[in-house]
This record gives sequence, structure tokens and C-alpha cells, in this order.
Amino acid sequence: MIDSRGSFCPGPITDLFKAYRTSQLGDVIELLATDPAAKADVTAWAQKSGNELLDIVDEPGYIRLLIKVTKKRS
Amino acid sequence: MSQMTQLKTEEKGEQTGRLLIILSKGTMDMVAPALMIATTGATMGKEVHMFFTFWGMNAINKKTVGSLKVAPVGNPGMPMPNILGMIPGMTAMATRMMNGKMKKAKIPSIPEMMKTAKDLGVKFHACSTTMEVMGIAKDTFIDEVDDVVGAATMLSLGEGGQIIFI
Repeated sequence: MIDSRGSFCPGPITDLFKAYRTSQLGDVIELLATDPAAKADVTAWAQKSGNELLDIVDEPGYIRLLIKVTKKRS
Repeated sequence: MSQMTQLKTEEKGEQTGRLLIILSKGTMDMVAPALMIATTGATMGKEVHMFFTFWGMNAINKKTVGSLKVAPVGNPGMPMPNILGMIPGMTAMATRMMNGKMKKAKIPSIPEMMKTAKDLGVKFHACSTTMEVMGIAKDTFIDEVDDVVGAATMLSLGEGGQIIFI
């Protein structure tokens, strides 16, 4: 689980990418963010990087994003 | 050195595209967005190159990277009449204000952004002509700088990709 709440673009994406780098295929990364751009940015990132955005959950005051690692670049 | 850069570029087949950012400005409000775009590009699997030229060299100079300024003159977006920006001390004030706002929004400092960009694989290239014109020696650069190149190498690094000029 990565908590990027309080940080703005490109904070959440950078945090997500750092977790992605050390992840294994099949891992699910949970990202918490308050940045209003995170929803669209993570969607774009997943599409571009070939990974799967499982779910976006609206929590009170923040959003929870679940990303499944389906593609690894060396 | 520039040849090495080019070779490495061609070896990497798994990248999803290229991004070249040409940074010619050395004020904080120009350098910060450039670094943010570079970092984001790297997270999206792009091969990212930053080319520092003219005042953009301030961003890779050890002496200035930690103290980049925001100019109130010639910046109509600032919340003050332009003519007031000419008063001594106004640039320092505008810079302090902006730094305070960035800190409050938890935006990392420029040197921190540099480290993150580098960590994610962004390549930093310095412009040889600017070094000559402005009398900048190589040893004044921060460690993150990869090499010194010319315009031809720079353009070849951006070939077929997105190019942003700031």
C-alpha cells in the first residue's frame, strides 16, 4: 500500500512507479491519493504501461486505486 | 560521450516512446514544470532526455540549482503591477512567496526533483555552445548531468518522439 495523500502531480504517479519497479508480476498495488488528477493520471499510466487498473474507490476525502501488475519492463 | 548516449538509445527496444525537453529558461517557474513532465514521462515508460541550454543551465549549475528565482518583471501572472517588480528586493520577495506556496503544497524542491528524475532514468544533457558563451566549466555541473552535447545530438535524441521547448 502506498500513501500519496497530500502530494500532487507528479507525486502519486512517481510513488506508484517506484512501487511498480520493485513489484512482481501479479502483484496488486494499492495507492491512496488526494490529488484530483490522480484518477485520470493513473488510468493513463496503466494504459500506457500495459498494467491493469482494477478499481477506483472513492473514500471520504481521498481515492483508493488498485493496480495489478500485468506487465513488467526490465 | 555523445556517441555513447546515442548507442544506448538504440539498444533500448522496450521503451514506449521518446520525450525530449529543451529547457532554455532558468527561473524556478520554468524549471519545475520541465522536471515534473520529465519525471512523469519516465514513469510512463518513455525514454526521457533533458537538454539544458542558455539560462536553463542554471538548473544544472551547482551554485544556482538550489536558489532558482521567480521573476516578477515580465510576468503578468504575478499578483502585482509589473512596474513594482522592478523595485530592488521584489524578485527575492516573489521567490520567497512562491517557494512558500510550493512547500505548503508539499511539492519537492528543485534539487529533490532532479534526484527523482535521475533515479527514474531521465538523461541530462548540457549544451556545449552555452558553456562557451557563458564561460561555464564542466566542474560546475551537478553530478546528475550525463554529458555535454551539441544541437545535432540533441535532435537525434528526440527523433520520432515528443519535443517540448521551454
